[in-house]
Amino acid sequence: MIWSPGAVGRLAALGLVGGILQVTTVSQVLVFGVPADLSPLLVASVGLLCGSVAGATFGFCLGLFVDTVLFQTLGVSSLVLLVAGYGAGRLRELRDPAHGLVPVAVGAVASAVAVVGFSVLQFLLGVEAPVSFLLIRQILLVIVLGTLLALPVYALCRRVMLPYLPDDPRRRRRRAYTTGGLSPLSRA
Amino acid sequence: MYDKQVRRRRAVLAALVACCILLLTVYFTEPSNGGLHATQRGAMEVLAPVQEGANRALKPFRDLFGWFGDTLDAKEERDALRKERDTLRQEVARLELERAENEELRGLLSFNRTTDYQPVTARVYVRSPSTWYSTVQINKGASDGVRVNQPVVNGAGLVGKVKSVSDGNAVVMLLTDQQFGVAAQAVKAREPGAVLPAVGAPGDLLLDLVPRAKRVKPGDQVITAGTVSERLSSPFPRGLLIGTVKRIEGDGELDRTIHVEPAADLRRLDIVQVLTRPTAELTASAASPGGTP
Repeated sequence: MIWSPGAVGRLAALGLVGGILQVTTVSQVLVFGVPADLSPLLVASVGLLCGSVAGATFGFCLGLFVDTVLFQTLGVSSLVLLVAGYGAGRLRELRDPAHGLVPVAVGAVASAVAVVGFSVLQFLLGVEAPVSFLLIRQILLVIVLGTLLALPVYALCRRVMLPYLPDDPRRRRRRAYTTGGLSPLSRA
Repeated sequence: MYDKQVRRRRAVLAALVACCILLLTVYFTEPSNGGLHATQRGAMEVLAPVQEGANRALKPFRDLFGWFGDTLDAKEERDALRKERDTLRQEVARLELERAENEELRGLLSFNRTTDYQPVTARVYVRSPSTWYSTVQINKGASDGVRVNQPVVNGAGLVGKVKSVSDGNAVVMLLTDQQFGVAAQAVKAREPGAVLPAVGAPGDLLLDLVPRAKRVKPGDQVITAGTVSERLSSPFPRGLLIGTVKRIEGDGELDRTIHVEPAADLRRLDIVQVLTRPTAELTASAASPGGTP
């Protein structure tokens, strides 16, 4: 990513709008009996597009925002989301995958990391809970829902961050005006 | 150049992880009126108008999604409600008789209801997507008379209690939150107990500490027990419906696990009421000879 005040501003706006949308609307819509969680998808998309440092930082800030507005234990969401963002960013830096369905796989893994990581942290923090069938079903449904939403969220993030991303040589370019009479230059 | 980039990346990661651990440690060790909690309340207060505005603006979209789900469930729900209606008709006839008797007895005892609560209606505008935190935020706070630990209800029954209050909004801890607990009573069995969340099983409650658990049967309604001791008064009034006994696991008296399904749909909360303490006018009118009993 090309670091500039504009890029940072866009990332901040993306996190703020995404975070508010999550807590005010998406959390209250149930699909398969569970609410979707856009936060890991946003963080993974930013990591995949902008790299590990941007992904981890974005994850930390979005996690802090979510924990603050929901009056949750500060630091839990930040820790989980920064791992998701860093992981997605490292995948881009090490492998640079080009397949169109990579965001889906990354979204699924990020959702899994977020929901399982969150549960593990709760157990570590002293919540005495059995791992019930209901909990496992809920975790699996959240991952499935995250997988389904991963592609549109990635496309949205890509659109927002496009001016600040390095030019991708694999991107298909518009064919140049080469045929007679169609070029705007020929009219001049 | 490459080494410098790697070092920078690792330094950023280490700094962020250290920040998270520091935040976690400080948050856990400080009291509920500590610096981080106060900052959190301040941030909540600042962001509340934005969130409430977004919540209202996006309500049509939420309702649209909800409509699809509701339509799918409607037929099943209709059949269940018809059955329930027939049962309730019989129940109403019986209760009418008991109500008349109750009024007569109250009159004899000159029962004075100075402990009436004053409901404050509030709108839910934020909720947590996590299984581990069952909290919602409402748009009424300390300036409306809302205080910590006051009960929160909706049309179906008990929803939870107030966890934290700032000037214009409050955080409500739902029945299913891991920190929640309320003294309860099974209505038909007349057995006291405590309703606790079944942590790790989202949406499930347990009726625990029941002396004679064998008397409680599936279908029995569970209500709040209210105050049983003047010394340790309960913030919940007696008789608020908590839920219905859904299933019972275990055969013995000690290893019985009574699962309770909450009466209120905690995943779809829109309007709730906080039962605030009575105002001076209400108390005065109840205390006066001509006041409402």
